[in-house]
Amino acid sequence: MLLDYPTEEKSKPSFAAVFAQGLTDPARATPVDVVGPRGKAAIKRYNVYRNNVTVSLINALAATYPAVQRITGVEFFRAMARFHVRATPPTSPLLFEYGRNFPAFIEAYEHAQDMPWLADTARIERAWLDAYHAADAPPLSPDVLAAVPSDRLGNIVFTAHPAARIVRSVYPAVAIFAMNRVEGPITPLQSDAAEDALITRTDMEVAVRVLPSGGAAFLRTLIDGGTLAAAAATAVAETPSFDLPANIAGMIDAGVFTTIHLGDRT
Amino acid sequence: MNAISHRGDVYPDRCLRFPALPVADLAGTSFKHEHLNAILTESSLSGFFEVHAENYMGAGGPPHQALERIHRDHPVSLHGVCMSIGGPEPLDRAHLARFRALVERYEPALVSEHLAWSTHETTYFNDLLPLPYTQATLAHVCEHIDEVQDAIGRRILIENPSTYVAFASSTMSETDFIRAITRRTGCGLLLDVNNVFVSATNHGYAALDYLSNFPLGEVGEIHLAGHAEQSDDEGERLLIDSHDGPVADAVWKLYEIVISRCGRIPTLIEWDSKIPAWPILRAEAAAAQAILDRFTSARAVGDGHAA
Repeated sequence: MLLDYPTEEKSKPSFAAVFAQGLTDPARATPVDVVGPRGKAAIKRYNVYRNNVTVSLINALAATYPAVQRITGVEFFRAMARFHVRATPPTSPLLFEYGRNFPAFIEAYEHAQDMPWLADTARIERAWLDAYHAADAPPLSPDVLAAVPSDRLGNIVFTAHPAARIVRSVYPAVAIFAMNRVEGPITPLQSDAAEDALITRTDMEVAVRVLPSGGAAFLRTLIDGGTLAAAAATAVAETPSFDLPANIAGMIDAGVFTTIHLGDRT
Repeated sequence: MNAISHRGDVYPDRCLRFPALPVADLAGTSFKHEHLNAILTESSLSGFFEVHAENYMGAGGPPHQALERIHRDHPVSLHGVCMSIGGPEPLDRAHLARFRALVERYEPALVSEHLAWSTHETTYFNDLLPLPYTQATLAHVCEHIDEVQDAIGRRILIENPSTYVAFASSTMSETDFIRAITRRTGCGLLLDVNNVFVSATNHGYAALDYLSNFPLGEVGEIHLAGHAEQSDDEGERLLIDSHDGPVADAVWKLYEIVISRCGRIPTLIEWDSKIPAWPILRAEAAAAQAILDRFTSARAVGDGHAA
């Protein structure tokens, strides 16, 4: 067997490739090219970078998911976050984009199985941060909708506000979210109601509301570009008692949409 | 707007506008949102504010509202943290476009980035990672600086790093490497005096020797910050660039020496974690301003520093 030296030379990994390998893998040794001054060792020195990377990314997750951390306690949260950082480090330099897969990770996390509501709480926190950074846009004025002739109403389609998000949950996720985004003593929650969350930001304050029954199916259809008639039909199919006027008033008040146009005009 | 323009296209009309407010001779601080209300109650605050560019790369919301508010009354310095200029891979074009958009929107008085890397392949490490100093890495760094300067249509300041390790493969000193960067790309420098002190301690050389080899004539901004202390494998002092406390006395001394040699240079107090109440940060900036005010503007009268 011949050793293929030229190819090996060509494919020699860059200094960054070598340095990067051990940053999220504590089992790897310090790269041989990485040294201390005057023959000193570089194990603890290289570990400074390992520690900076892992700790700063755990901190980033803690900043995005404060309610989750308050529920689990700091120690539990940081252990869980460390697993996630090592398995799924960020791919974007924008830290507010990091942790998009964290709710799904929590859902599957072995040690969080006795807190089945935790993942939905995390989903609301993720949506909260997305709404916080979303583009600014004026919400739809109620006058615009009032001006539509009643025979055309069913064909209206809506443009969603950039900040609008919906998180569906079979747990009281909005109550759990709300009570853990504030300081102070934790009071026990006496509820097993399912709560769908509506997250919006019409000015600078992010608002999280509980949607009425059928509201999530209704708004999802509208946000996806369905007509008002189609959305109402979807909502009634899910919730026969669906209150259309109340839901329309609620969505205007929350600022879920920015503009309307008539879906039958092609 | 989507393509990266060449310098010749961009310079004449759009990007070389003078920033709304001048920054010369001033001390400033990192801008933290929790300080906004306290800053707005100040009646005669003359300093500038520096922000990490990446924190303003969202589409809208409170971050931009706060920065717009500060920008109305004070010069703003845009400090990029994760362009990964020091890495061997091509720059992230989407990130560069976002950076350029911020330069256009806020017309910062100062624009800076780091001699470091933070992304490899698809992974972002959220740290300022070190590089060996060789002809090969020099070529990459200069290409990247050229690309950034072309994109934003103006000179960028590159910051000297704080490091904990060295590379056996390095063939030149950090100061030689930095001088070569300025000569090849025409970029300016951000001299982080705390980084000089941290690296000098960690690598066992004299900070003053480093400064005497540093191209001080190209320095357009100075950073001062606090550091933390750990120990290396031999049990000796290893300083960590932590930005979580007041500026150390030794760093203030070095800073005075630099200002006495160079004249006034815009100076920033960096404080990024364990952030104190606004008056404490303001007092650090006032201490820097007092040192600046003791020295006449040597550069304004032209003393030959401009190399």
